[in-house]
Formats: sequence, C-alpha cells, structure tokens
Amino acid sequence: MSTEEKTREPAGLPFERDIQEMERKLVDLEEQAGDDLDISDEVRALRAKLKDKLVETYAGLSAWDQVTVARHPDRPVTGDYVVGAFDEFIELHGDKQYGDDPAIVTGLGRIGDRRFMLVGHRKGRTTKERLRCNFGCAHPEGYRKALRKMQLAERMGLPIVTMINTPGAYPGIGAEERGQAAAIAENILKMFELKVPVIAYVIGEGGSGGALGIGIADRVLMLQYAYYSVISPEGCAAILWKDGARSPEAAEALGLTATILQDLGIVDGVVHEPLGGAHRDTSVMIQSMRESIVEELASLDGLDGETLVANRREKFRHIGAIEGRFPSPA
Amino acid sequence: MTETSMSKDASNSGDGEAGGDGRINRLRFRKKDMPGGLWLKCESCSGTIYRKEVVEKAYTCPACGFHFTMPGADRVRHTLDEGTWEELFSEIEAMDRLGFVDSGPYGDKIERTVKRTGQNEALIAGRGEVLGRPVVLGVLDFKFLGGSMGEVVGEKIALCCDVARKEGKPLLLFTASGGARMHEGMLSLMQMAKTCSALSKLNEDGGFSICVLTHPTTGGVTASFAMVCDITLAEPGALIGFAGPRVIASTIKQELPEGFQRAEFLLEKGQVDVIVSRDEMRNMLARLIDFGACRPGAGATAGRRPASSSERASSSGAEQEAPSTSVPGDEAKGSSGDVASSDGS
Ligand SMILES: [Zn+2]
Repeated sequence: MSTEEKTREPAGLPFERDIQEMERKLVDLEEQAGDDLDISDEVRALRAKLKDKLVETYAGLSAWDQVTVARHPDRPVTGDYVVGAFDEFIELHGDKQYGDDPAIVTGLGRIGDRRFMLVGHRKGRTTKERLRCNFGCAHPEGYRKALRKMQLAERMGLPIVTMINTPGAYPGIGAEERGQAAAIAENILKMFELKVPVIAYVIGEGGSGGALGIGIADRVLMLQYAYYSVISPEGCAAILWKDGARSPEAAEALGLTATILQDLGIVDGVVHEPLGGAHRDTSVMIQSMRESIVEELASLDGLDGETLVANRREKFRHIGAIEGRFPSPA
Repeated sequence: MTETSMSKDASNSGDGEAGGDGRINRLRFRKKDMPGGLWLKCESCSGTIYRKEVVEKAYTCPACGFHFTMPGADRVRHTLDEGTWEELFSEIEAMDRLGFVDSGPYGDKIERTVKRTGQNEALIAGRGEVLGRPVVLGVLDFKFLGGSMGEVVGEKIALCCDVARKEGKPLLLFTASGGARMHEGMLSLMQMAKTCSALSKLNEDGGFSICVLTHPTTGGVTASFAMVCDITLAEPGALIGFAGPRVIASTIKQELPEGFQRAEFLLEKGQVDVIVSRDEMRNMLARLIDFGACRPGAGATAGRRPASSSERASSSGAEQEAPSTSVPGDEAKGSSGDVASSDGS
C-alpha cells in the first residue's frame, strides 16, 4: 500500500545519457556560433539530430523509464502550476483539528474567470522543502485538511481541482496513531458526496492509497509520463520478487502507465507532455495544464450536484469492469 | 512444516502474499495441517498449545485468549444462526487481466488457491441471521491470497452493499486482509473506490453497516470500506493498520513500541468504537443491529425499532444468549464492559 522509499533523486535519467551528451554539445556550439555561419549550420544539424533522438527515445520508454521521468527532480510540481498557470491563488492552511500538513497544499485558485479549490500534494523543490514536505508523503492531517477544504468548496459552489503527486501516504508511528487509514477512507467515501465538479490530475507519482485519497473525481486525468500504481515498483519487487532491484520488472507487470490505464478505463484522459518530458520544457507543460483545467471544468458546466454525485458513484462502481462479468444484486 | 509451524516465521509459504505485509504475526491454518495431534506455538504468549483445543475454542489460544485469524467458513458458522446461511455470488471468479507474472503466472496462483481452499475468492458473501436478525454478511478470508482485495472482492463487497440497500438489512463485514491485491495492479486499487461508492449509496438510502476488524487487517482494506462503516468493532489483539509494521520500521529505522497497531492501541487512539471478544461477538452484533433498526431508513420512529424485529429477537429465545441484557463487563479480556453499561437494562 504505502511507499517505504523516499524519492531517490537521479542525477540524470539513465536512458537519457546520449541525449544529455548531445544537449551539452549543443549548448557549447551555440555559445561558439555567434555570427559564424559554418557553426550555425552545425547547430541546426545537431538540433535536428537531438530532436530525432528525443522522439525515438521517448517513443520507446519502458514502464520503469516512465517512473523515473515521473520522479525527475526538475519535473513541474503542484507549486509550479499554481505559480505559472493560475492567475490568482490564496492558500488556505490547516485541518483545524490537529495541524497543517505541508505535504498537501489547499487553496482558492483562479484561471481567467474560472474559480476553483485546489487540493494537491506538495513535494517541494529544494532539499530543505522536500524534507519539510516529507517528499509529498502526507499524514492524516493532510487528508483531513483536503477533505475540509473540499467540503468548503462544496458550500461555496466552487469546483475542485486536485493534483496528485505522491510516492504514497506516510508510513510512520504518528500517522498510524492519528488514523492514516481512516483519514484516507473518509476522503474516498466523502468525495462521493461532493455536489460540485471534481477533476483529478496525476501530475507525477500516483502512489497507491495516498494518491486515491484525493483521487475520486468526475474526470481523472494523467500527464503522459506520470504513473499511477497500487504499490510502488520497489515495494512490489521487494514483496513478490524478494528483491528491490527488480523494480523495472515490477513496473512492467503493474501496468502503471497512462496508456494502459486509459485502456482499462481507469483514466479518462491523458495530458500530453512536451517532447522529452515535462522536465525538458516546464513552461510548455504549465501552459498545457492551464488549458486543460479550463477545458475540463467547462466539460462539467451545467451538471447539477445530484447528477454529478450519481455519475461519479456509477463511474467508480463499474470502473474497469467488463460488461456482463458481474451479476446485478439479487 | 514442523509441529510448531504456527509460529511467526512459518508464514512465508508464498500463498499469503498480499498488498501489505500482514503475513507477519499471524497463524496459518492449512488443511493439510489440520488433523489433530499437532502441538502449536502461540504467537502471543509463546505457549505450546494443542491445535484441536484452539479450533474448539473458536481459534483462540486456550492459554492467553489470543484471537487467531479465523478461516472464513468458520467465521460464517460462528457468526450466524444455524441453518440461516444463504451464500451469494460465490460463482464469480478472479481474472488475470494484466497477465501478471512474478514467480509464476497470477492465473496459476488463483487456480491453486481455488483448489486448496475450495472457494472461488477471498470474500464470502451471503444472507443469514444473527440471533434471529437478518443481515447481509461479507467475510474476508485470509487464507485466500492473504484476504487481499482484487476486483472480485471489491465487487462482492459492493454487491453486499447493494443487497443490504435493496432489502433494508444491516450490512455486516468481517475483515482479515493484507490489503490490495497487487497482481491486479490499478484494478485492485480502484476497489477501494468501488466499495466506498457502494457504501456511500447505502448510507444515503438510510442503510446501517458494521465492520469487524480482525487479525490482521492492513493496507487498502483498512484505508477504504473497513474504516468507514457506521460501527467499527475490533477483536482483541488484532493487528490493524494502514502500513504494515515492517514497512514502518524500515521507514523510520527504529523499533516499534509494544502493542503498536493492535486493537487496544487503536481503541486508545480513538480509531475503533468497541473491542469485542469472539465469544461475545454474536451478542454484541445483535444488540447493535437492534439499535440500528431505530434508524429512519428502517421505518422506525426515533429510538424505537419496528415491532417485527423485536418479535424476531424474542422468538430466538431458544439460544442461551440474551441479546437485550447486559453483557458482563470484563475489561481484562478486552471485552465490551463499558458499552454494556449503556444498555440501560
Ligand atoms: Zn497464547
């Protein structure tokens, strides 16, 4: 269920070694080039070659490669979308019972004339921030804060946008004492009662119950190289293969990519990432998210609360099920 | 397996793999071990105990009273009135939709488990009566792939919610589970959502639900339907948590405190309503169901349950258990003393 390992920060993605070499070379060349036409030709050629290499590499990513992209330290996190894609944001802190979990950020957001409540995992950017946010692993008070703000949104008539990016809910003594399981369960149950539109984005890591705790939505979307899994590949490998090093096999077996999950009907749509992943061009990614949020909110315009709740329940009641496989209750 | 095979380290046979690590601190009861004459070691008091006596005492330790994991079929028998059990949805079988292979194909693993257990899945569902009170019952059986929740378990729990809703009966669930069944990937995680979706509908229509958390219950089962029923009961000593103890210990790199994640710990932390011992379970369930029958959804006026239900209760007088009188309090055994006092009789 939960994730035992902290996100390891790769110095660079292993499968990107050639690409990074070319990128370095390109930067050097561009510096030298100036007005030198001969070198400019060389720059153009290298740019084209790099593009081809990126297209080829990213078309053939394994499930495990995608997990490493989803965990890339330069990949945009919730805070980047708040700063870059929103026109306004007022952070609302705290669960008003126990504390203010920094691993989940909540607040009032606006894009253009669309106002909504944002609920998202926060991983942090600097090492200090990441430690403070427990690498995006929330405690029960984080899930309770999320629920409190979602219920506030319902009263205010605001739709809800969630951004999922967590290796998993935090496994620790305090988390268990304060009811990690109950907090997540309560969120899942109560999200089925929210009479306002809910849109969920898996923007990076969709780690198990910790992800689902803010993941019950009318529209569930995934970024192209995000992953969403019942257990971390490392956790799965440790339990089933008794060997954490076999994570790549586990990632493959778990079927955790956006493509597979869309085929299974678990994910409603995929937000495309710039060539070479969101970490390669964050401003393009942020712009795509801005457009996607507006588009998805608009798609739920005009549905009343009862319809939204009924549809949401029906969607998850039959998610992934093969027609006719299960009986109807006697 | 050796004669003391029911100790802590005997559980790595590979069939109990689930989403968490609920395999530790539990006993395995396997059919081939069942013939009498075997001596076992209690995981709680370390005493050497006679297996037959354990089974006779409803899978509790004769020495210390520890409540071992109870096989699903025994749980059904132990909970319901004789002759009232009507199993539902037993025909639904698991499917290997991802083609999951670890040490072998998941499909083969299911096939072996079905053969070994004689049942199609980890959840046993049906209708029955508890001291004359009709219920819809769902029991998670740990011996079927660690009671793990995949598509079929999730679907059957949702179907139980649906039947309870349509028939206006209380929903009664027993859990023993390592969590989500990772061999079904995200389809298994989605069962947390599916079960809560059905439960949410049941709640809206005035349903009443009781979940009994038994040893061990962890992971995606705890973090979904099990913790959000109207009443949350636990058996004494049961290991209950979100993350398994091994995961926590390896994350925080320190020893876990004594009694951590046990039912008594959860009670102290406000996570469960009552701890109920196995010999008092039927009695407690019946009493709770009578209180549940006062709900508007059951067609009652405030605080008074419909007459038909109370008639049923008295007609079951042949049983020695008397549902509407106090159960004597016995804190030492982790029983229901404090609730009994609120019975008012
Ligand atoms: Zn004992």
